[in-house]
Amino acid sequence: MFPLTRADSFAQRNDDAFDAYGTYPLHQRAPHKDVFAEGVQHTQQPIVTGTSVLAIQYKDGIMMTADTLASYGSLARFKDVSRLHPVGTSTIVGASGDLSDFQYLQSRLDQLVTDEFTHADAHDLGPAEVHEFLSRVLYGRRSKMDPLWNSVLVGGFRDGKRFLGYVDLLGTTYSAPSIATGYGAYIAIPILREAVDGRQDKLSESDAKAILHDCMRVLFYRDARSIDKYQLATVTADGVHVSDAQPLDTSWGFAEGIRGYGAQTQ
Amino acid sequence: MTSIGTGYDLSASTYSPDGRIFQVEYANKAVENSGTAIGLRVKDGVVLAVEKLIHSKLLVSESNRRIQTIDKHVGLATAGLLADGRHLSNRARDEAASYREHYRSAPTLQFLVDRVGLYVQAYTLYSSVRPFGCSTILGAVDETGPALFIVEPSGVSYGYHGAAVGKGRQLAKTELEKLKFSELSLREAVMEAARIIYLVHDDAKEKDFELEMTWVGSETNGVHLPVPQDLFNEAARKAKEALENFE
Repeated sequence: MFPLTRADSFAQRNDDAFDAYGTYPLHQRAPHKDVFAEGVQHTQQPIVTGTSVLAIQYKDGIMMTADTLASYGSLARFKDVSRLHPVGTSTIVGASGDLSDFQYLQSRLDQLVTDEFTHADAHDLGPAEVHEFLSRVLYGRRSKMDPLWNSVLVGGFRDGKRFLGYVDLLGTTYSAPSIATGYGAYIAIPILREAVDGRQDKLSESDAKAILHDCMRVLFYRDARSIDKYQLATVTADGVHVSDAQPLDTSWGFAEGIRGYGAQTQ
Repeated sequence: MTSIGTGYDLSASTYSPDGRIFQVEYANKAVENSGTAIGLRVKDGVVLAVEKLIHSKLLVSESNRRIQTIDKHVGLATAGLLADGRHLSNRARDEAASYREHYRSAPTLQFLVDRVGLYVQAYTLYSSVRPFGCSTILGAVDETGPALFIVEPSGVSYGYHGAAVGKGRQLAKTELEKLKFSELSLREAVMEAARIIYLVHDDAKEKDFELEMTWVGSETNGVHLPVPQDLFNEAARKAKEALENFE
């Protein structure tokens, strides 16, 4: 109620109950709600995924392998996808984890290489530079709480030197004579360290091929997200070469002797 | 020049009464004062060559390049103001990168030429800017095969079998017209390109020059690269020999 005349206002001066300015109750904001909390979502899990990547150093350079399966959960969704990507003339990049994130990385790397090429200044990117670049991109994204869900191997051969490095969705990096991602880190690494580490300078191309082939077969037996088809990439002084997809030789005769599962009665 | 003093040549946004834009014609003059640039389109590729005039002995050799790489498969040679050429090549690179970003494939040269042409033309519309003082020759091998274009200061672009801009363009065109582009191999085109550049160079008037040559095609796996040193030397040697026999 607003005082209309001077007399009214005098009259109401002693009316303690009257609150001319509406000071009570205290104004309260609506409870704070982040309107974007549900609008912007960050990657919380990979969707279409690739399994292990293995790579080793050998006499002439580095060799990398990955199978050609892209899984959708436990479904073997795409069976002929390449997870090995050449970058420039002396580097190979292989990825496990989310394949759409890997495709994003592929396009970032292609842009980078083209950009570098158009400078035409006789400099180009080698494996060490590509590895550093990827580590900064992946670490940057994890720091935004929006990681690129991959474990990536970078291998290469330049100026007579081998390079083999790892970087993952957290931006963690390391180098070693033999590296494996995913399931391979548990199953292939013991085999690879036994066969490769300390012997890098002696291993021939066919030795390296045989070692990786063996590991891929063991992984196929044990890893439920794998397939019996894989690619091999080599990087040597002659450049990068990625093979066509090739089948794994496997034998399942032992299955006959297994008792305790399935339909057998005895 | 009858146009001088009439007031119609002060701005690129003003026509003369007979429908010309003098600022654009002056830009063409800037191109005519520059060392010659040529391009040859043959059945399996494109060769670009430039007569780069050396105005000082103090310059580092092979500096101030006039042939640039725009994308893996695209080369760009300029005649005219060097800095304008570099600005245009930067623009062309952005266009190529943007095309790749959008369509995830290599741009055709026709696309790049259209975009660069549009950009150059925009600089003929306003009194606040000056038209580009350079003509550019763009060469590439794309999904349509070998391609060669010129973009002029007015913004118009044409496709060519053989292209020439700059000081010696008249003589260069006469020589280009003698060639059978459908029969030349890429290597032969390199020889011809070097020969023409040496031929059009007027050493009575001009100081030294450097030959710049790049190619793209079957020999380079579709990538735009400088002509390799041994082939370059051979082409330059033969060009000098041809010059002696010519006179």
